[in-house]
Amino acid sequence: MLEEKLEEVKGKLLQSASLVERMIEKSIRGLTQRDEDILVEVIEKDEPRENELELEIEETCIHVIARYQPQARDLRTIMMVSKMNNDLERMGDEAVNISESALFLIKKPEVKPLIDIPKMAEETKRMLKDSLSSFIDEDPQLAMSVCERDDIVDRLRDQILGELVTFMASDPTTIERSNHLIRISRSLERIADLSTNISEDVIYMIEGKMIKHGGFENSKAAFET
Amino acid sequence: MDRERVKLRIAKDSGFKVFVIVLSFLSMVPLFLILFYIMRNGLSSLSWEFLTELPKPVGEAGGGIANAIVGSFLLVVIASLPAIPMGITAGVYLSEHKVGRLSYLLRLAVEVLQGTPSIVIGIIAYLWLVISMGGFSALSGGIALGIMMLPVITRATEETLKLIPDALKEASLALGVPYYRTILKVILPAAFSGIATGILISIARIAGETAPLLFTAFGNPFMNLNIIKPVNALPLLIYNYATSPYPEWHSIAWGASCVLVGVVLLFNLVTRIIARRWKVQF
Amino acid sequence: MESTVLKTKKLSAYFGDNRAVKDVTLSIPEKMVTTIMGPSGCGKTTLIRCFNRMHELIPDAKVEGKVFLREEDIYAINPMIVRRRVGMVFQRPNPFPTMTIYDNVIAGYKLNGLELSRTESDRIVEESLGKAALWDEVKDHLRRKGTFLSGGQQQRLCIARSLAMAPDLLLLDEPTSALDPKATARIEKLMTELKKNVTLILVTHNIAQAGRVSDLTAFLYLGELVEFGPTEQLHTAPRDKRTEEFLRGKFG
Repeated sequence: MLEEKLEEVKGKLLQSASLVERMIEKSIRGLTQRDEDILVEVIEKDEPRENELELEIEETCIHVIARYQPQARDLRTIMMVSKMNNDLERMGDEAVNISESALFLIKKPEVKPLIDIPKMAEETKRMLKDSLSSFIDEDPQLAMSVCERDDIVDRLRDQILGELVTFMASDPTTIERSNHLIRISRSLERIADLSTNISEDVIYMIEGKMIKHGGFENSKAAFET
Repeated sequence: MDRERVKLRIAKDSGFKVFVIVLSFLSMVPLFLILFYIMRNGLSSLSWEFLTELPKPVGEAGGGIANAIVGSFLLVVIASLPAIPMGITAGVYLSEHKVGRLSYLLRLAVEVLQGTPSIVIGIIAYLWLVISMGGFSALSGGIALGIMMLPVITRATEETLKLIPDALKEASLALGVPYYRTILKVILPAAFSGIATGILISIARIAGETAPLLFTAFGNPFMNLNIIKPVNALPLLIYNYATSPYPEWHSIAWGASCVLVGVVLLFNLVTRIIARRWKVQF
Repeated sequence: MESTVLKTKKLSAYFGDNRAVKDVTLSIPEKMVTTIMGPSGCGKTTLIRCFNRMHELIPDAKVEGKVFLREEDIYAINPMIVRRRVGMVFQRPNPFPTMTIYDNVIAGYKLNGLELSRTESDRIVEESLGKAALWDEVKDHLRRKGTFLSGGQQQRLCIARSLAMAPDLLLLDEPTSALDPKATARIEKLMTELKKNVTLILVTHNIAQAGRVSDLTAFLYLGELVEFGPTEQLHTAPRDKRTEEFLRGKFG
């Protein structure tokens, strides 16, 4: 009864997660390979599907709570699934943002060769993948490591911003394109951030320990006790 | 709190306990005295011949009470045959119909019958049966005793059935079992222990009844198995012999009393055993 | 396409002049658990007793309206036939105390004088006890009286006894209220298994149980059918205010 329902909703969440992973991957590939079709797909096909899944999962979570009054670990699980569901939906939105900016950029010449953005995208994708793995495998250590890597992505974004600001200052014709690139990097940074949210939720689900907002050092200490 | 008052209370408590124990003990004393006297005077008369031989005429030594034993047995059988089915049926009816005209009247009848003196029942049986049959008989004696058994069995049946939860009846009815089958095959078997106890107690009661037999069974110096003829019984024999002027007959009466009391005690013991072994807990 | 096992039309039930069930119309679909829930005294037990014609056994009881079991008007056929097609499990487990476990299971046949061959009855006993999740625990004790069984086991025996009659519908009147939590959980699990083969109607005043076990829920209040729908919907967003108040514990 309850166990089956929990397995069902976790499965749906993973479905939603792999869709979001693909959306991110496609939107970056569309940018680097200048593939318009793939970007349109993300916006017109993938996003509506993701929204659909989000509603389904949300409804199921409410029903599970209403019918089964889950306790302890089961309660944490269903609450965190609901939150992760939200986070995934926002990641989907960010992927759409990336695709929209990409659609603009691929019609114009490059401001500079794309090195940093793909690098940032790689790191972000890895963080998302790991946070989902930590959920599937119930691995709090892996989840913890994702939280630690958030700084790397933040630094990459700052780096890209700095570079593009210099470009914009020296050549005003690059402003529009640079803006979109900044937008993309910001979206990637947000996706990374949402991945750390997911990881924090996974840790709470497994261990019952809340590590949000406590800062990294505090969290590590709390985690080790 | 007052230490004095507490002490007084404890003392009253103990006093009450002692009072209860002493009185309970005292109420057992008559029973023990009876048993003691009967044993003391009657045990000596007991022997195999005593139980199997017919009474001898006055003056002759020996003799036994065989005809009285057989007669008592016969009377019990004749009494039980109508009393048991009627009593159980009446008990079932009363437990199923707690309100209603018929059950009110039936309940009243049972209570009145229970309170009727045994000699009156004897007289009634005399009028009904002895006169119309033209003579004393085992049949009339048995019927009189049966009438006395009836209220006891009815009561016991009703009380036992009251203790059986409705759930049992419902379980059977919910399976589509008709009402009469439910009573016969589910309820009565569950009530067996209580009903059997009631029957045995009623038998133990009538085994020693004398008054009704005085003008129905009447007594018989010989062995008789013919139910339309008079028959001897233990209480009758005891009455006749004890009130006679012959000392040999007095000792026979003591012996017969021994046998009668022994039989009643045995019945009570068997009743307890059955009650415990077959009792259905709810 | 689900078919309907039981249908009522403006069903009312009376105790003398007191109307305990008021104009209830509903349809019970097949192979699901439908729960009738409501506060104590709302008429839910009376309602289901109209489904197996047990209500009329009470003196002064009266039934109005129609009840159809697979399109047949149950008040037009022999009540004993109805009761064999609609089984009932009661609040307190009530196995027959004078019968062995084996005989208890086939009691419906034996007491009705329905002949069964030895192989037939063996098969029915094993199947029914298996369906009631009791076979493994009692298979070596079939010839013993059921009194040594725990409350939960006794209740499963009663379920087996009803299942042995291969009923169209099984009514369960607060079947776990006399049992401890562990036994209750077992029977709840059993109900979700049973519904694959038999349609179940459950009566309970335990809201949590109704939520866990049933597919459809009907809320009965003061004899009236207030709301009837999928359990999720009733528990998350009931349409009637009275349903909402009951679920939130404002009464009952």
